[in-house]
Amino acid sequence: MAIWLDEKTKVVVQGLTGKEGQFHAAKCREYGTRIVAGMTPGKGGTSVDGVPVFNTVAAAKAATGCTASLIFVPPMLAADAILEAADAGIALIVCITEGIPARDEVLVKRALAGRKVRLIGPNCPGLISPGKAKLGIMPAHIHKEGSVGVVSRSGTLTYEAVGQLTHLGLGQSSCVGIGGDPVPGTSFVDVLTAFNADPQTEAVVMIGEIGGSAEEEAAEYVKKKMKKPVVAFIAGQTAPPGRRMGHAGAIISGGKGTAKEKMEALAAAGIHVVSTPADIGITMAKALGRA
Amino acid sequence: MKVHEYQAKEILARYGVAIPRSRVITAAGDARAIAAELGGKVVVKAQVHAGGRGKAGGVKLAKSPDEAVQLAGQILGMKLVSKQTGPEGRIVHKVLIEEAVDIARELYLGIVLDRAAGLPVLMASKFGGMEIEEVAAEHPEAILKEHFDPVAGLQAFQARKLGFALELSGDTFKKFTKFVAALARAYNESDASLAEINPLLITGSGDVLALDAKMTFDDNALSRHADIAAMRDLDEEDKFEVEASKFDLNYIKLDGSIGCMVNGAGLAMATMDIIKHAGGAPANFLDVGGGASEERVSNAFRILLSDPSVKAVLINIFGGIVRCDMLAAGVVAAARNLNVTLPIVVRLEGTNAEEGRRILSESGLKLQPAATMAEAAAKVVAAVR
Repeated sequence: MAIWLDEKTKVVVQGLTGKEGQFHAAKCREYGTRIVAGMTPGKGGTSVDGVPVFNTVAAAKAATGCTASLIFVPPMLAADAILEAADAGIALIVCITEGIPARDEVLVKRALAGRKVRLIGPNCPGLISPGKAKLGIMPAHIHKEGSVGVVSRSGTLTYEAVGQLTHLGLGQSSCVGIGGDPVPGTSFVDVLTAFNADPQTEAVVMIGEIGGSAEEEAAEYVKKKMKKPVVAFIAGQTAPPGRRMGHAGAIISGGKGTAKEKMEALAAAGIHVVSTPADIGITMAKALGRA
Repeated sequence: MKVHEYQAKEILARYGVAIPRSRVITAAGDARAIAAELGGKVVVKAQVHAGGRGKAGGVKLAKSPDEAVQLAGQILGMKLVSKQTGPEGRIVHKVLIEEAVDIARELYLGIVLDRAAGLPVLMASKFGGMEIEEVAAEHPEAILKEHFDPVAGLQAFQARKLGFALELSGDTFKKFTKFVAALARAYNESDASLAEINPLLITGSGDVLALDAKMTFDDNALSRHADIAAMRDLDEEDKFEVEASKFDLNYIKLDGSIGCMVNGAGLAMATMDIIKHAGGAPANFLDVGGGASEERVSNAFRILLSDPSVKAVLINIFGGIVRCDMLAAGVVAAARNLNVTLPIVVRLEGTNAEEGRRILSESGLKLQPAATMAEAAAKVVAAVR
């Protein structure tokens, strides 16, 4: 199974004609993702690497039946791109763009509330269902198909964890980067809920970081509902308070959102919390009885 | 981005937030005429990007224009040390000369983004002057909250609810609701991430004024607010961080001895954590980002090494978008230009990692390769011992 994305998902790339869009769309296709359309206003009728480009997402959907969108547009245009995809009836929207104003993210979240649409990101590496398809910018070759679900607020730290899992022979069902911004479209709880219901997923690696309370909410969910083992790491144990650590959402404000609080909440929920990122893979192997 | 109190008040005033009359100066002699114009009795306030100014001796009451000059002279150029500045303190370059107002009541008002709700929240309390975190710890029931939609804005009934809960009445109640509405609009339209009025003053004659004001702004939105972006004060920032920001690098100065260069914010934080775990201390957080060019990496390396407290360097790259060979070339170029003699531990993984490792090993530089994060941390910590 895997979650939300597989080899049958038809994808439109918003911003396909840009350098990044073209580069990553090609990598996704190489991996087996069905990229069926591109969308750039004013470039309708052209094509990129044989993929037809449309002026609107609605036109792309009408012509190709795409149900997912991958967004590579500049930050000031990203909210508009997400809302256009949602308006066209796209069910899964993955927004890679970093640097979107928080107010725009609040507006998007309000606009999408109550609608049947899943937004992943922004400011994220996307998602991959190893062996099936990838919708994002992660290096595909480090992944291996299997039964561990991965969910993370980070990009490269996720690759680190995936690299460790693969090295130990532990494949992944799906890996979802929910992004480092303060108002993400998809939360840890959303992804944990999907992994909990996914028959392919036997266990979950969760990578959080300082700032906000998404990890505490995840701990609540795991305590009440999770049927599968969870291994967690929280980045930023040594981060100074009041400073934004690269990600817009990675900040300890008013003494809240520290790694310590989060690690305690996760441990209290029965999650295997590791204090160093080097132990993520091995701890998962032990949790699955394969070490 | 942070701004000074006087700048926050200037922005707030544009939206109709009531503030006391004041002027900012950089020369003590200018205080006399301003104090006289403001009625003689004024408050002289140090302008630095840190709280706790009063206790640190940066806020003083002058009873006459002459005293205002004397106090401004004392405060300008002083090293202000508060619990928020750290022991190194901040040099005061500007003071605000503000009319002294009589205080009947002090309240608190603040707006931040409530991340869990995905909405801005306005908080109010009757404990003006106290830090909101303290109030939250000691009197959590005293914090009143109103979430609002940025499109619809804060509604009049929400401001009234707060006014009644704070036991305001008559003319003051009306002034308060107007004040709250203006503050919410200022927060929203300027893409602020914090707008805090602490204390909010009720004067003896029933006026409602922002005695102090603090605003910070969403860095991601500054490109649509050129006027606010121009308020950035580089004197208030660490010199290494200012240099790094010129190249769009995420760099934060820390107090350890191991310089770090990492791609991606999460991995950069995790690298700091693993250094600590191995018994060392990071000298900085540095994320060279996803689309790092060779030039960017070169600059990052130069800035990292310009910090004299750095005794060894750990480079940890997991190539996704960033190609390890490109990064390795940048490191080699920078290390040659800078004549680096410090121990450098390099861990490369991901896209084109092998090619990257080859470039490093053939460079003739003294670089210690590491296969894993744990090994890299152990090696770099051993190098500084």
